[in-house]
Amino acid sequence: MSGERLLTIDSLSVTFGGLDALKNLDFHVDEGEIVSVIGPNGAGKTTFFNMISGMVAPTAGDIVFRGESLLGFDPNQVTARGIARTFQNVRLFANMTILENVMVAQHCRTKQGVFGALFNTPGFRREEEEIRAHAEKVLGFFGTRLIGYRLHQPASVLSYANRRRLEIARAMATKPTIILLDEPVAGMNPKESEELTGLIGKLRSEWGFTIVMIEHDMNVVRDVSDRVVVLDHGETIAQGSFEEVSTDPEVIEAYLGRPVEGAS
Amino acid sequence: MTAHLESGTHEVIPARGGLDQNWRKLLRYGGLLALVLVFVSLIGMPVKLDSRIVVEPYISMGYLSLLWLPALLGYTVSAEKVLEGMASHARGAHELVAGAIVGLVGGAGLALLIWGLDTRDLSDPLVNWGDNLLGLLTFNETVGYGMLVWLGISTGLGLLGGLLHLLPRTATRAVLTALLAVFLVSALESALDDISEGFRLEWLFEWLFEARGGLTPKGAIAVAVVAAGYVVFGRSRAKAVRQRYDAMPTVERTRANAALLVLAGVAVVVLPMFLGKLTNELLANVGLFLLLALGLNIVVGLAGILDLGYVAFFAVGGYTTAILTSPQSPGLSPELPWLVALVVVIGMATLAGLFIGAPVIRMRGDYLAIVTLGFGEIIRLTVRSDWASGLTGGAQGITGIPGAGIFGVAEVRGIDPQAVFYLVAFFCAVAIYVSWRLERSRLGRAWMAVREDESVAEAMGINTVNVKLMAFVVGAILASFSGAIFAAKVGSVFESSFKILVSIVILVVVIVGGMGRIAGVIAGAVVLIGVLGGPNQPGLLAEFSEFKLLIYGALLVWMMLKRPEGLIPNVRRSRELHQEEFLQDAWLRGQVDADEEGNTTGGATA
Ligand SMILES: Nc1ncnc2c1ncn2[C@@H]1O[C@H](COP(=O)(O)OP(=O)(O)O)[C@@H](O)[C@H]1O
Ligand SMILES: [Mg+2]
Repeated sequence: MSGERLLTIDSLSVTFGGLDALKNLDFHVDEGEIVSVIGPNGAGKTTFFNMISGMVAPTAGDIVFRGESLLGFDPNQVTARGIARTFQNVRLFANMTILENVMVAQHCRTKQGVFGALFNTPGFRREEEEIRAHAEKVLGFFGTRLIGYRLHQPASVLSYANRRRLEIARAMATKPTIILLDEPVAGMNPKESEELTGLIGKLRSEWGFTIVMIEHDMNVVRDVSDRVVVLDHGETIAQGSFEEVSTDPEVIEAYLGRPVEGAS
Repeated sequence: MTAHLESGTHEVIPARGGLDQNWRKLLRYGGLLALVLVFVSLIGMPVKLDSRIVVEPYISMGYLSLLWLPALLGYTVSAEKVLEGMASHARGAHELVAGAIVGLVGGAGLALLIWGLDTRDLSDPLVNWGDNLLGLLTFNETVGYGMLVWLGISTGLGLLGGLLHLLPRTATRAVLTALLAVFLVSALESALDDISEGFRLEWLFEWLFEARGGLTPKGAIAVAVVAAGYVVFGRSRAKAVRQRYDAMPTVERTRANAALLVLAGVAVVVLPMFLGKLTNELLANVGLFLLLALGLNIVVGLAGILDLGYVAFFAVGGYTTAILTSPQSPGLSPELPWLVALVVVIGMATLAGLFIGAPVIRMRGDYLAIVTLGFGEIIRLTVRSDWASGLTGGAQGITGIPGAGIFGVAEVRGIDPQAVFYLVAFFCAVAIYVSWRLERSRLGRAWMAVREDESVAEAMGINTVNVKLMAFVVGAILASFSGAIFAAKVGSVFESSFKILVSIVILVVVIVGGMGRIAGVIAGAVVLIGVLGGPNQPGLLAEFSEFKLLIYGALLVWMMLKRPEGLIPNVRRSRELHQEEFLQDAWLRGQVDADEEGNTTGGATA
């Protein structure tokens, strides 16, 4: 199932004022994989995503994507190279419409500037058409929920579940190779999260994305992951298939050694 | 909100008794009223504005500056939000008594001031303390008479303010509109004089206005009746037109928009021909500031960059034009034609935008605002410095700037304000077109994303530094156009024309109009610059110029507190508020998945 090695992370560490958020983390993703990252709250999972997407600089280690080190890149450069992400605490462009949220995410794949816009050149019109068509295609992935009359509503009117879907749509619209999903089903009811689990599978089978996902919902993790990585206190404590990891004594210890919370 | 009221889902409980009051609140409001009345008196508004008559011989703007306050506070003391699902009291004697008491306390404050004016001399720190004010407040009668009359007037107006709560909505609206119309018509007196001459309507003007200024009583009544009549009879029709417009399919709406646009264009071209010098001069000033405001609107309204040093680009445009066109510019003096200079102006503005933008663009929020504020001053002080005075003339400025020659067709200069207006209007049209096109483009969307959440925009692949620099440059070019026209119009440039105040005034125009909204910015410029005047330019209410900054400041604070969306709110924002209310209602009624339901109904119509 897995193809070429896409992302290699080599003894990555980060410290926030004395706190080791991540310690000597090694990690890799191959093309076409779905990898889940799990671990208790505060384990450093979101920090791990922030580091890959260039929003936080690591204090040591290296991140290599397709043979190129991502260290020192701005987030937009990382996205342009093909790594998109969603945010755990949904961060949509609330006053922009649903359509605009997805259109703007194609920024780094398009190039028309002031001249084209002012003179409405054929190139400009063609590109706008393409941006819009791609946006509607991406939004159509979630059924009828985000299209039709919804296209021109501001993102802030959406229900919680739809906001999460729009976050994913926005990441898809950047035409990435890898999508990083930070707790995609948090706050959804069981029916909604089951449906989204199916869609995550389709993100790979139909769209060809490779997926790294942080998730607390073990049903989702079991259903879609090829491989599970367990973080605790910024360190990898286990890696392997869901069955291997879920029976690992150290993992059980990590989850039982402190109160287990559902989400966040 | 109104939808809730009309649907009547809130419970109404019987009115409270007249004496069942929250006395502390009344005292607080009354005290506030007293303070404001005394403050307004002591800053000299009543005396300075007394010469400006609203309705001859009854009322001047001076008295009006005091009179509206008791009514306003008498109204607001009983204003309360009626919330969905909450009980509210019926209105009655309670509101009247509350308004009257607030008015009474305020009147007492003013009476105290009269007594103080009579017995003490505080004219040392308080320059307006003196016989002029005393005479005005006592109506040139005895002190006791003045004190009693003000107690009475203030109480009565407070009572009237409270009464507004008891009237039906339409009646309240009609009364307020009528009063506002009388005030506006009288404020527009000089412009109307001018317009009526152009349209051969002098007879109407003479019927409405006294020869020595101010509306005639019958004129005032006519204006009030027409305004109230519009509210009672015309409003529903206007609403219907509006609804029909909203319901139009996109194609038709585009056609309607185009028709409106052509109409507006024709008005802009034709109207000035009927106007005199004074009004054209006023319009030209409004246009210059509108051009600046449209540029700043891109920077602040679209890209969300709070640039407080925007005047720097206005200065760049003005000085570049002056140096290149004036035979009297001290250093370099190529005496280029205005249009050729304009090309260089664009280049200089771009450079200035990049030069100022590059260092500040990586900052955010408050830091950026403060640094841009500094840069704005740095540019002005550099222009003034000895070091640059060889080029810019230092404090002496540059004079002798010729008019703007337009392909030999016209020579646009200050003595012909109509030509200046046409030139400004052309550039405003360009600015509007640019804003409109860019807002709907890849770049405009990126600006909005940066405004909404810069880190997320960055993570979505937007090079925020580049995009923000573009906003800076586009804004800079538009401001420099305004500067170039300004130089040709005035014929000279001095660094004192480019003070921070200009930045602030433009920002207020943008905020008051409604950030990110072109129509709002136009409305803001017309109302503020046209009526009150620009930083150095008189408006229609020339008597107000001393209090202009006070009013600008008060307006800004009030806008930020009560109406952050601006005069003409963004359609999007109001729609969004409406939607949230809708969802909330659905939730209250127990329709749990409002989202899914909206989906099926919407799906059918879509
Ligand atoms: N920007 C930051 N500054 C300081 N501490 C941070 C920062 N970001 C995260 N942390 C800390 O790093 C730890 C890991 O956080 P996070 O990655 O959000 O955990 P998780 O997503 O696994 O719940 C937490 O203790 C958190 O408080
Ligand atoms: Mg997290």
